[in-house]
Amino acid sequence: MDSRLNKDLENEGYDVLYPLAEEMAPPPRKMRLSPINQRRLQNFKANKRGYWSLWIFLVLFTLAMFAEFLTNDRPILAVYKGEVLAPVFVDYPEEKFGGFLAVTDYRDPFIQDEINANGWMLWPPVRYSYRTVNNEIPVPAPAPPSWMMDKQERCQRYPLGADDPNCVIGNWNWLGTDDQGRDVLARLVYGFRISVLFGLALTVASSVIGVAAGAVQGYYGGWVDLLFQRFIEVWTAIPTLYLILIVSSVLIPGFWTLFTILLAFSWVALVGVVRAEFLRGRNFEYISAARALGVSNGVIMWRHLLPNAMVATLTFMPFILNGSISTLTALDFLGFGLPPGSASLGELLAQGKNNLQAPWLGITGFIVISLMLSLLIFIGEAVRDAFDPRKSLA
Amino acid sequence: MTNKPLLSVQDLAVAFTQGGKQTTAVDGVSFEIDNGETVALVGESGSGKSVSALSVLKLLPYPAASHPSGEIVFDGNNLLSASDTDMRKVRGNRISMIFQEPMTSLNPLHTVEKQVAEILKIHRGMSDTAARERVLELLTQVGIREPETRLSSYPHQLSGGQRQRVMIAMALANEPDLLIADEPTTALDVTVQAQILQLLKDLQAERGMAMLFITHDLGIVRKFADRVCVMTEGKIVEQGSVEEIFSKPQHAYTKHLLAAEPKGDPPQTDLDKPIVVEADDLKVWFPIKRGFLRRTVDYVKAVDGIDIKVRQGQTLGIVGESGSGKTTLGLALLRMISSNGRISFNGQDIQQNSWKEMRPLRRDMQIVFQDPFGALSPRMSVSDIVGEGLLVHFPNISAEERDRRVAKALEEVGLDASTRFRYPHEFSGGQRQRISIARAMVLEPKFVMLDEPTSALDMSVQAQVVDLLRDLQKAHGLAYLFISHDLKVVRALANEVVVMRQGKVVEAGSSDQIFDAPQSDYTKALMAAAFRLETASVSGVISE
Repeated sequence: MDSRLNKDLENEGYDVLYPLAEEMAPPPRKMRLSPINQRRLQNFKANKRGYWSLWIFLVLFTLAMFAEFLTNDRPILAVYKGEVLAPVFVDYPEEKFGGFLAVTDYRDPFIQDEINANGWMLWPPVRYSYRTVNNEIPVPAPAPPSWMMDKQERCQRYPLGADDPNCVIGNWNWLGTDDQGRDVLARLVYGFRISVLFGLALTVASSVIGVAAGAVQGYYGGWVDLLFQRFIEVWTAIPTLYLILIVSSVLIPGFWTLFTILLAFSWVALVGVVRAEFLRGRNFEYISAARALGVSNGVIMWRHLLPNAMVATLTFMPFILNGSISTLTALDFLGFGLPPGSASLGELLAQGKNNLQAPWLGITGFIVISLMLSLLIFIGEAVRDAFDPRKSLA
Repeated sequence: MTNKPLLSVQDLAVAFTQGGKQTTAVDGVSFEIDNGETVALVGESGSGKSVSALSVLKLLPYPAASHPSGEIVFDGNNLLSASDTDMRKVRGNRISMIFQEPMTSLNPLHTVEKQVAEILKIHRGMSDTAARERVLELLTQVGIREPETRLSSYPHQLSGGQRQRVMIAMALANEPDLLIADEPTTALDVTVQAQILQLLKDLQAERGMAMLFITHDLGIVRKFADRVCVMTEGKIVEQGSVEEIFSKPQHAYTKHLLAAEPKGDPPQTDLDKPIVVEADDLKVWFPIKRGFLRRTVDYVKAVDGIDIKVRQGQTLGIVGESGSGKTTLGLALLRMISSNGRISFNGQDIQQNSWKEMRPLRRDMQIVFQDPFGALSPRMSVSDIVGEGLLVHFPNISAEERDRRVAKALEEVGLDASTRFRYPHEFSGGQRQRISIARAMVLEPKFVMLDEPTSALDMSVQAQVVDLLRDLQKAHGLAYLFISHDLKVVRALANEVVVMRQGKVVEAGSSDQIFDAPQSDYTKALMAAAFRLETASVSGVISE
């Protein structure tokens, strides 16, 4: 329609919409965000607390994902007799360096001397992994953080005392050790990683199942809805915690065992919300319009109804995420969680409780868990703000 | 005192602040209301008429709303500077208000007695027994039959008209000097509308109260108001007596508004045209189930044995009040809901088709819905909305071809095709209805069901949409099933009309015959209410 025609229509009292300048050429559609998503991004950024929390969390998460490069009991890179080795990735047998163990213990002074004499090695900033026992702690475990002691005291157990080549900052226990002489910082980093990964995986999986189940119930209604709802009522009546206790007395609970058991019960959290949104939404006129066009049920649910349910889902998402993380922590605390020896925040808290004379255990665990849960809630709040239809469609 | 107006609004402005931006909704409005006078504020949606009226009672969402200028003097007091305590003494006592939506303006958890008595207890401190007597008196006045039995009713047990009567009873409880009625009849059926208007008129004459009447319906204004203020874009562009405004409109907008009635002639009836849709003895019965075993004890007969034929290039109008089964009939014809009876489409029997077998036929039968805001998914761009049907029925065409067809359909309904990447909320109501029409037209259907496509639109936009629909029909030889309670629009579009009531056909025939020489009493009453706003006393119609 050209502009002359627009003028004519306008003179006749028609409401005419003039194109904006950038609309004259159709925009390259995949390249930029749609206007709604742009507004959502703006709303997200407008929530400063959530925006900064996201960045802090991303930094922490990225660091934790590369935990092996940050805190490890083996060098990142070593050159031995002209050969470049990557002990982070490969388990070299000790006989390669003249020892006899199946896996090299790089913390052994004999191996260190051997490698340093025939090449060099690059250590990560902290020379402990989550299960490395520090045999040189100056006091009986749990040992306080290294910065609370002077150099003489700190290195008194090394063969050469303060002059020992291993008396370096890389061997500090920045946050002390636990009651088995393992470095707390290393266990924190690995524990943070597994908690977040477990939480995210459980949230994503339970949301997918929950949204799908809620969508089917809400959209079809009737008998499907009735039977499904009664099933869920029976299902949620099973106490999850006792079930896990029973299962863990039979099986050794690992990451995937816990994941499966918790998933079996956590998916119901979203069903009610999504079902309600679909029940409401299926009577909207644009749903009838889509049905009249012959659009299939699956496409209607996916394209027309799901976006409506997303706001409610996203509102719940941070709570489900935090719920998953704290369930795992609680199980670890009780000793029914991840297998013994795994890095876990819950186990750290349990140690803190058992060793009140070593406050660095409990305080560290508390600070890290509360920081993580708060960051995730703040991010969730900002995401919810961004998807709030009253804000993004106003 | 005698020559002072009861309410005087001078240079009133209302601004809304949202997200740091200020928008002016009302800009320098001045009008006066004398004792016993009815002043109508007329304008289209968004013109600021409701906001002006709400500011009289200071019912706007302060502090988001503010008044940069103006004063509202009621009986010598400036209400804009009055304190909240003083305002509460005025609200519901000296000035009271009736709202548009009778469904939501009554509290669903309180009985009629409690709601009406509340206002008496607050302002007059009446005792329970005294209030009860007064409530009975009021309910009788507003024409509710057997008020004693209605005292303990909850709002959901009342019909729309009865609810609006209860609202009026509440408004009149303290014998106010000024009654503000904000579109009090818009949500009601035509026959009920005529009754409510008559009731308001009678009560006003009886009590000598002044009335500020807000409406978009010029027919109501002409019949009931003494003076008119025409509002557009937050300003009063013209005010004067009803005779002046209607006979000698000065401002271009008033002229435009007066000329905006749906005009034009429906297509000629031509019995040689092939029948597109035909139904014999169509029935849609919803079972009522009772008891422990949910046995079906009775049926709600929404559509009860209807025969209709729609021919190519012709329009069949379905007329009736809400609940008469018009929309159910239309949906059943398109096999959107299950029904009994023969339905044929293009000579093919489709009653037994499964949902899957219907899918290829959906291309040829389309629906345009009533609510232009609800019928478009807010999260899809216009191009996606219009192109969705193409994805289903022409899955093999390229993205460019689809885009071309979408653009063509949008231009056909009078929208600029370059706006197709915008989202529905960026369009006005009329434009959205055009998008809905484009969505139906892009598939080049043979039959379109139009379910009240104009009733949510402003008068002048209604006329445009009617013109558009008629042009499209001419260009493509479309068969329309036009469902509406608005008889003026039906008259402009339909060449045949079926009058429905309680699921049955009351009268059917050519539109000239139905409109000019209605046979049945019900049709006569409907015509009187719709065109002359009169309450014809026909048995069964005055059932409120």
